[in-house]
Amino acid sequence: MNAPAARHLAGTVALARRDLRQDRAGLGAWALGLSGFTALVTTMSAAMTPRELLEETEFMAGSPGLRLTGLPLGASAGSYTMVRAYLTLAVLAAIMNIQVVVRNTRRSEEEGITELLTSCPVGRHAPAAAALLLALCSDLALTPLIALAMTAAGQPVAGSLTAAAAIISVGLVFAGLAAVTAQLAATARGALALAGSALALAVLACGLGNLAGRVRADGVRVDSAWPAWLSPLGWGQQTRPFDGENPWPLALSGACFLACTGAAALMLARRDLGSGLLSHRPGRSRAPRYLHGPLGLALRLHRGTIAGWAVATSAFGAVLGAAAEQIDDLSGSSLEWYTRLAGTQDVHAAFQSSMVQMAGMLVTVHTVQLLLRLRGEEASGHLENVLTAAVGRSRWVLGHLLVACASAAGLLVAFALTLGVVGGGGRGDATGWTAALLPACLAQLPSCLLVGAAVTALVALVPRRAAAVSWTGLPVLLLIGPLFGPDLGLPAAVRDLSPFTHLPQAPAAPIEAVPLLGLLAAGAVLTALALAALRRRDLLAAG
Amino acid sequence: MTTAISVTGLTKAFGRSRALDGLDLTVGTGQVHGFLGPNGAGKSTTLRVLLGLVRSDGGTVRVLGTDPWKDAVELHRRLAYVPGDVRLWPGMTAGEAIDLLGSLRGRTDRARRDELLERFDLDPTTRCRACSKGNRQKIALIAALACDVELYLLDEPTSGLDPLMEAVFQQVVAELNERDRTVLLSSHILSEVEALCEQVTIVRAGRAVRTGTVAELRALGRTDVTAHTTRPVQDLESVPGVHHVRTDGTRTSFAVERAHLNRVLGHLVAFGVHSLTSAPPSLEEVFLHHYDRNALPAPAPGTAPHPAGAR
Repeated sequence: MNAPAARHLAGTVALARRDLRQDRAGLGAWALGLSGFTALVTTMSAAMTPRELLEETEFMAGSPGLRLTGLPLGASAGSYTMVRAYLTLAVLAAIMNIQVVVRNTRRSEEEGITELLTSCPVGRHAPAAAALLLALCSDLALTPLIALAMTAAGQPVAGSLTAAAAIISVGLVFAGLAAVTAQLAATARGALALAGSALALAVLACGLGNLAGRVRADGVRVDSAWPAWLSPLGWGQQTRPFDGENPWPLALSGACFLACTGAAALMLARRDLGSGLLSHRPGRSRAPRYLHGPLGLALRLHRGTIAGWAVATSAFGAVLGAAAEQIDDLSGSSLEWYTRLAGTQDVHAAFQSSMVQMAGMLVTVHTVQLLLRLRGEEASGHLENVLTAAVGRSRWVLGHLLVACASAAGLLVAFALTLGVVGGGGRGDATGWTAALLPACLAQLPSCLLVGAAVTALVALVPRRAAAVSWTGLPVLLLIGPLFGPDLGLPAAVRDLSPFTHLPQAPAAPIEAVPLLGLLAAGAVLTALALAALRRRDLLAAG
Repeated sequence: MTTAISVTGLTKAFGRSRALDGLDLTVGTGQVHGFLGPNGAGKSTTLRVLLGLVRSDGGTVRVLGTDPWKDAVELHRRLAYVPGDVRLWPGMTAGEAIDLLGSLRGRTDRARRDELLERFDLDPTTRCRACSKGNRQKIALIAALACDVELYLLDEPTSGLDPLMEAVFQQVVAELNERDRTVLLSSHILSEVEALCEQVTIVRAGRAVRTGTVAELRALGRTDVTAHTTRPVQDLESVPGVHHVRTDGTRTSFAVERAHLNRVLGHLVAFGVHSLTSAPPSLEEVFLHHYDRNALPAPAPGTAPHPAGAR
């Protein structure tokens, strides 16, 4: 390290100690929670008979949908623990690291603590370096704890250590990423949101890689497809704990952490205290032509989210299209999962139908996110600006609904096009696939609109609880729907409660108008209810 | 005189807390009306009712001849509002926010907007998230004042402005007044109220406790008197309306209510008055009395709680 760099880091250790003193209770709780959860799942897996383990693992390996949540690597208790708990533990470790880093960098900066500190003989890079140091030390301390939780439940030492390192490596990568997002965004909220989006993308990439992976002949091991290698969570899984450990993917995580740290240092050297690289740029002095009236405002508010989702859904379609190569090799319970989901024996049509249904559900998540912004606008006080101008409540809601509908339709079309072109193109039938997929995808729209109308009604009727109810309700509708409902052994009457159950299994089956019109009618009734309720209630004060 | 805002017996409760408890407010057309009261007195809630954002529990509310809850959109075409706590979309620039608010109101006057940007010295290219409280207030003020409407509802619009900008604001409001626009100005800055407002309503605990012209309200205060006399003044405390008597040999100072001034002077004459100085009552004193839990002494004759002419 050269002299100027050392000067910029002056006081790092002292600051890290201060950060630790401040965060110790929280970090202790995280350590207890993570190792406790590990011990719990490991103990449960260790209590299963070899036969049960084999059956459960075969079932997981055979279900591409379930593979979104875990990667089966053999039928041992250790491997099964990882299938069950890895995703949760890795995501929690990432959240812990993101919080530690953002709290001690951007949040302190926002609160003016950093200004006070750097006015003392403390280097410019010291606060960020201290936050990363604290995250690194917490991770180093947590690894043996998690490994111990597994060995205590009777698992082999090498596998336990690899598993713990795999989990914690995800956390470390996100500590580095959070240091970068803390430079990009000017607010702690923004930094958390950016890092959270990166985490969501990483979970998605890893899950898709496993979904599109290939089951080995033994039926209990899955080789992930390439998207898993795009994700820190994938790198962790590829260390194959309890299955002939291979620690070298951890080098990728380490390199990624170092690269992020370097990038954050470069950014930090190029910005003013209190500013972020993504904001505080001067912008237009006049509103662009489209930013006019409530519809233009809704478009402006949602455009960033929509753009992100457009990229994600197109990538989703392309990845699945690329994975379609492997569908002729499907056999056993995997094949059964697809054909049952689509209700056909034609494996191509079955693949297409199941992918279309998943896209429909994914886009519904997007619709819920967009429409909860209705409540966000009220809670932030922005809505008052709109409603005290010459805009009625219904016109305001309808503007958002229109944008949400158009965006959902656009995303479904983007998915159909990418899946059709990439998947069909691989078989020399891009036109045929696309022509079949386009109407099939658009037929998913009614359930999306119905859920969107339900969210709007919640915002109108129970504004303060709308987000909580929506985000609990949607997973329930998805769980009892066609993707997981049959696996969970739910009776038809329960599955019928989910709007997704009533969607056509196109293109495997023809699209019938009646159920779609029924869903649309229900959506229209809920929208009318929402508008009526909103007109009758007080606008809640911001807070 | 016609009436722009007429509120009688307005009540509003949020859960168990009563925000408004029979509030009366009358604002004549073309008037600049000061709306004063301590924090939590119900000023902002009243404005939210006047805008139709919340529904009143009882009483009658007419704004520009309409019911704000039923005809909110029609009414909003004819008024402009500046909230006390301006919250804007963080990613937008000041210029974008001003244009958007104008388009939401359905009318924009570009020349007027640019003139106001200049006068308030606001850079339209700054992002709202980087704006201080004062600059956010300027954005809302410019957006509101760029609309030529009948009524302006301003909720503490200058609490974040520096003195220079406050002067600009007073100038702009004075211009509105010349063009017979109605302004309801909720404020804590008494000099501003004295400079701008013809009528003032003071609210406390959800009720209007006093309405009148600035001169009438000032008359409710006490006059501070200092007198030098030949002989030490005696028995001054026994004269009604006299407070805070301090005697230092032949120098006596005290406060007296306006209604009793004459009798006090008669009392003083008996001790041989050398010199007499008196300070007129300040508005501040009147407001402090009303903001405080202690009520004022009986109102002077001629100042009814509600001026008859405003109906």
